[in-house]
Amino acid sequence: MSSKYDVLVIGGGNAALCAAISARRAGASVLVLEGAPKFYRGGNTRHTRNMRCAHDAATEILTGPYTEEEFWKDLLLVTGGQTDEELARFMIHESKDILNWIVEQGVRWQPSLGGTLSLGRTNSFFLGGGRAMLNALYLTAERLGVDIRYDAEVVDLRIEDGLFLSAELKRPIDGTAEVRAATLVAAAGGFEANIEWLREYWGEAADNFLIRGTPYNRGSILKMLLAKGVQQVGDPTQCHAVAIDARAPKFDGGIITRHDSVVFGIVVNKRAQRFYDEGEDIWPKRYAIWGRLVAAQPDQIAYIIFDSTVVTSFMPTLFPPIAGETIAELAGKLELDPAALEKTIREFNAAVRPGTFDHTILDDCRTEGITPPKTHWARRIETPPYLAYPVRPGITFTYLGTRVNKQARMLMKDGKPSVNMFAAGEIMAGNVLGRGYAAGIGMTIGSVFGRIAGREAAKNARN
Amino acid sequence: MQEADRLMTVCNSCRYCEGLCAVFPAMEMRRSFSDGDLNYLANLCHACGACYVDCQFSPPHEFSVNVPKTLAVARAESYAAYAWPGALSGVFERNGLVISLVAAFSMAAFILGFAVINDSNLLFGVHTGPGAFYRLMPHNAMVALFGAAFLYAIVALVMSVRAFWRDIGEPIGARADGGSIFQAIRDAGELRYLHGGGVGCYNEDDRPTDRRKFYHHLTFYGFLLCFAATSVATLYHYFLGREAPYAWWDLPVVLGSLGGIGLIVGPTGLLLAKARRDPALLDDISYGMDVGFIAMLFLTGITGMALLLLRATPAMGPLLALHLGAVFALFITMPYGKFVHGIYRFAALVRYAQERRHGLNG
Repeated sequence: MSSKYDVLVIGGGNAALCAAISARRAGASVLVLEGAPKFYRGGNTRHTRNMRCAHDAATEILTGPYTEEEFWKDLLLVTGGQTDEELARFMIHESKDILNWIVEQGVRWQPSLGGTLSLGRTNSFFLGGGRAMLNALYLTAERLGVDIRYDAEVVDLRIEDGLFLSAELKRPIDGTAEVRAATLVAAAGGFEANIEWLREYWGEAADNFLIRGTPYNRGSILKMLLAKGVQQVGDPTQCHAVAIDARAPKFDGGIITRHDSVVFGIVVNKRAQRFYDEGEDIWPKRYAIWGRLVAAQPDQIAYIIFDSTVVTSFMPTLFPPIAGETIAELAGKLELDPAALEKTIREFNAAVRPGTFDHTILDDCRTEGITPPKTHWARRIETPPYLAYPVRPGITFTYLGTRVNKQARMLMKDGKPSVNMFAAGEIMAGNVLGRGYAAGIGMTIGSVFGRIAGREAAKNARN
Repeated sequence: MQEADRLMTVCNSCRYCEGLCAVFPAMEMRRSFSDGDLNYLANLCHACGACYVDCQFSPPHEFSVNVPKTLAVARAESYAAYAWPGALSGVFERNGLVISLVAAFSMAAFILGFAVINDSNLLFGVHTGPGAFYRLMPHNAMVALFGAAFLYAIVALVMSVRAFWRDIGEPIGARADGGSIFQAIRDAGELRYLHGGGVGCYNEDDRPTDRRKFYHHLTFYGFLLCFAATSVATLYHYFLGREAPYAWWDLPVVLGSLGGIGLIVGPTGLLLAKARRDPALLDDISYGMDVGFIAMLFLTGITGMALLLLRATPAMGPLLALHLGAVFALFITMPYGKFVHGIYRFAALVRYAQERRHGLNG
């Protein structure tokens, strides 16, 4: 590895591979350093399943058009305006072509998956899921002659005045090796798996967080870049968190640990008290807020409680619900105070007004006279067995990142563009997605800016 | 079975693989899985390996999801579970050994029989012209013996697949409609689900470089051609009064030769692919069964081709005995070996086509 590469890509997910492939196709010599072992390669990409791209007409896999303007409006809505309009509109425009470009790199699409019909028009799904997508990108990169190293942890970056010189690669036995390259593409993700870093913002609550991706998303490259003069973007205290099963593993539980049964029951904390309107909004908004809501509860744990009448209303779950013939028995199993839980459910049941249940719209089933209310889909919990899922915050990704321009070139603290450093993917997602979440947008950011970063880096290396 | 149940629960809460093949859409139509359901899914799986390579939870992940291997184990167990008569289900346990013993005894019996009944001049003599084979073994004896073996195989297979069909039949009921059967014939005929969702199948590593589909086509259609050759020859014999052996350009010989080549090249390719296959995807317990069946097909093909090439020489007698021995062993072991995979998978495909037509995938 003593020879000097044109482009060094740090990271191994969607953005990194798109950058590597696009740089290689532009004629550059490319080295990819993936910090994870081969099986865990790809960061969060291995858990993704779709990408949100604008398109003007229905296709074989998309049920209808999704215009640039509509995409922009959706983005504006979920971010509450915390986005760089010029960059975002540029990305949305570029996303149109990505639908084809990514197929040319060997990735295959399929129509939206069972249980995700609401995304059939806007999002294109990877055949076989995110790992299949990664496999295709890696095969293409290898075929094109991109050099790829696994277990390749970068422990330091040499940067002078916005000029990247080399990276220090940790060697398996002793010391480090210097990797020199004409340009750098940083595509190494966020810091969601770095509990110590999360603790800086969340305190001890962070210890109870479950991380939905691999333990390798530690944000070390992001930290180095910010420490060496790259301009920061995004709120460091923000992360995308959903409610996932408390029985899930600490890391890498992925998609299958999620719960979307909140609307069918009530949610209580460890004191058996409700704390938020379970019927506030439909998917995906409620999906995206419950992680943070649970994070704010004592010991960062909550329980979705429902009865046997609704079991088949949502997708089957990995972990079976915990069941009790009586509320008290269920409370015992959950280690909640039985009297408190009985009281909460009694009061809730008494407050439920009659209505016509329809979980696909904001229906008229609501409560009256309790705080917090349940404003839609409120039905009495009264048919045993009573069931519960324990949930904790599942951290998906972080928003803190490096500022970039339309070339995916990093901007330094003084506002000047870096000479030879580019960023793509989650490490710069905060430019476009300052907060909130829209399904599949992380992959759009990764592919669009990965492709651009690779192309620009290759061009930069030639000059 | 327990492991298959656990995996289907994991897969059903993920569903990323639903575009790869028929197993996952069929799984999504259910929330819990009876043994019949699992046997259905196991036999619907074509072992293309794509869901293993594509799965973010496959080993070394702690969820340890390995669908191809788990379903391969369940599949092999289902063959034994539905075997008829039940007393013979144990044959599946040490299948490789049983198949090789049956094959060896069968071939030895034919050689011995030929030697005892015919004198050695006849056995090692040169015979040509119509009826040459029947000088060694009378046609009626051949028909009686093979007819009985074939009939037995059919009865045993029908009884087995009936049990399977009943077990997987809920909730639609046990009747199959013509459209579903036609769909299943197409799906089986082109091995639609042995394609990794479109990218190809996986065998030795995470590259879709597998050629098993091609070799399986050679084997399967080779087998059908050989069967057609025998059928045409039977028609010739009874309706046209023309006795074997036939000239090289005659239909039975042309069909048989093409089929024979298929049965030599196809099984060879399948055996080599199996030897190279990633052990993580293999059910080691049924290794013997798989190899035994492939070897039997190969033996049938190679003895048949040798008989054709050397039928005008003194080697004809012994080769005829070997070929008949191989075919006889193939027939009587059909209900108790890997052959049944085709029957059960076809039934599962019919069932799947039915489920799709009834729109239960909502």
